[in-house]
Amino acid sequence: MLASAGILLSVSALSQSESGDMPRTSWGDPVLQGYWTSSTFIPLQRPVELGNKEFFTPEEVAENTRRRMNTEYAETEAGTPEDVHYQFDDYAMNRTEESVTFSERTSIIFDPPNGRYPELTEAAKANMAEYNAWRRDHQWDSAKTRSLSERCLIWDQQGPPILPLGYNSNYQFMQTEDYVILVHEMMNEPRIIPLDGGDPAENALPQWLGNSRGHWEGDTLVVETTGFTGRTNTPNLRGAPMSTNAHVLERFTRVNETTIDYTFTVTDPTVWTAPWSGNFPFRTIDGPQFEYACHEGNYGIVNILSGVRREELDNYEATGSIDGEGE
Amino acid sequence: MIKKHMAAACLLSAIVFASAASVAQQADFPRKPNGVPDISGIWQSLNNANWNLEGQAAAQGPVEVLGAIGAVPPGKGIVVGDSIPYKPEALAQREMNFANRRTEDPEAKCFRPGIPRANYMAHPFQIFQTDSDILVTYQFAGAVRTIYMDNHMNGPIDSWMGWSNGHWEGDTLVVEVGALNPNWLDRAGNYYSRSAKVTERYTPISPYHLQYEATIEDPEVYEEPWSISMPLYRRVEEGARLYDFKCVEFAEEIMYQHLSRENYFRERGIELNGDSNE
Repeated sequence: MLASAGILLSVSALSQSESGDMPRTSWGDPVLQGYWTSSTFIPLQRPVELGNKEFFTPEEVAENTRRRMNTEYAETEAGTPEDVHYQFDDYAMNRTEESVTFSERTSIIFDPPNGRYPELTEAAKANMAEYNAWRRDHQWDSAKTRSLSERCLIWDQQGPPILPLGYNSNYQFMQTEDYVILVHEMMNEPRIIPLDGGDPAENALPQWLGNSRGHWEGDTLVVETTGFTGRTNTPNLRGAPMSTNAHVLERFTRVNETTIDYTFTVTDPTVWTAPWSGNFPFRTIDGPQFEYACHEGNYGIVNILSGVRREELDNYEATGSIDGEGE
Repeated sequence: MIKKHMAAACLLSAIVFASAASVAQQADFPRKPNGVPDISGIWQSLNNANWNLEGQAAAQGPVEVLGAIGAVPPGKGIVVGDSIPYKPEALAQREMNFANRRTEDPEAKCFRPGIPRANYMAHPFQIFQTDSDILVTYQFAGAVRTIYMDNHMNGPIDSWMGWSNGHWEGDTLVVEVGALNPNWLDRAGNYYSRSAKVTERYTPISPYHLQYEATIEDPEVYEEPWSISMPLYRRVEEGARLYDFKCVEFAEEIMYQHLSRENYFRERGIELNGDSNE
């Protein structure tokens, strides 16, 4: 059943507005300040069967939307695994009631032309295999062997590059003449971008979000980021973190009252055999943004580890070994 | 001017007016086009307030194996009137906090420090004064707070860093902070409850200094409101900036160590053979 609530999808025109329409700060820069969502239905990587098809037609977009909402609202049979799901017509779980950015793109990644991650380097493949083997054996050892997001250290999609998250996929952008500051709702920490156009390596230390420096090119904010720690994950690709050689280029352009057009390119010769680029829009949302205190409220990691330890203890008491298979 | 602030316990409001008047002579403090002071920049406090708001002589720290590195530095404290007017039962709670400070101090757990503690930690913070609201970002734990300069409302929800409504009174930024989660005020166990309300005042006193005052009221904990007063120093070195202090991973050992496989089984007297697989 489809919800009867209004659908606030915005298929943005993404046309450059007249400069006279651009909201400007008191010193003349385009206004990026405000509350924005990076939540979108566009997948990061293009389904393989679409090949090099970069855009849907408006008719295809409407059909995809209908199909997705039908899936989310489908009646499920009690007692089946399909019936175990979030209550999608509850407030904040209903993605048709929130502002979701939309474009006709078939995927966020548009380069390589097949809309998918390029091939990993041989070294990165080897590291990934090693990591996955380690993880099989050690992922439940302690808090320190759990994922970075489960530990409330960093979320893969915080950026750079900015990518959509399952929830709290929102930003508070603030700006002065000298800085743009992005506050992501999920980690509720700042990404401070000085606007002097300097070299990101200047005064840099390895940082989880890298070291960013930005400047305005006309009405587009251009940001370069380097100096990552080597531990920040690549989204959807466990075991291939951004290396210390990663370079991210981002472009933010406000194209109309409700939309920022966002494009990025990731270049990391240690990990990827080619750069990869993506594009998708951010859409305005109502503020204010609340403090999501991930770590302070992290019952999840305690519950997960407690559960594993209890299962291991039960196995040990029954069979003499923690995996239940006996000595 | 600064010595006056430290000595005169009962003349707080007179002192604020005096310092505000002196700023009229500080023509070289940066200002916005509309005339209000521009307090953007990187600021940091220089005192032992985060060890003990009430001040104390040097003492052994809570972690003896750190030797002199972990010892408490001396300082007069920044409380106006020298001591915090706790209710008797609240004072007992403070003493208990102190006794358990090694494990119970939210700072050790990398929790957001709340207001005013965030302003006197041993880390810089950065103020961004935009066309409308003011953003303050703290190096400690990457904590942030927005000071709403219009559309004032009561905090719709409690949070660690509270809800801040700000306005200018002459050259003083006055910020009223509410909707705070209960938190500690320093490493000595001083604390407030969820009823706390904090009124801050930031006043330029030189191009490189702000005078910071905060009045804390909490009828559940204190007999009456009380205040702190201290300078904030501008970080002037070229290239000054904030860095990551994402301290969660430094706190995991003390918060979750009892749930590591090794510790969990050892505590139950079980010796496991080698690593295990799931």
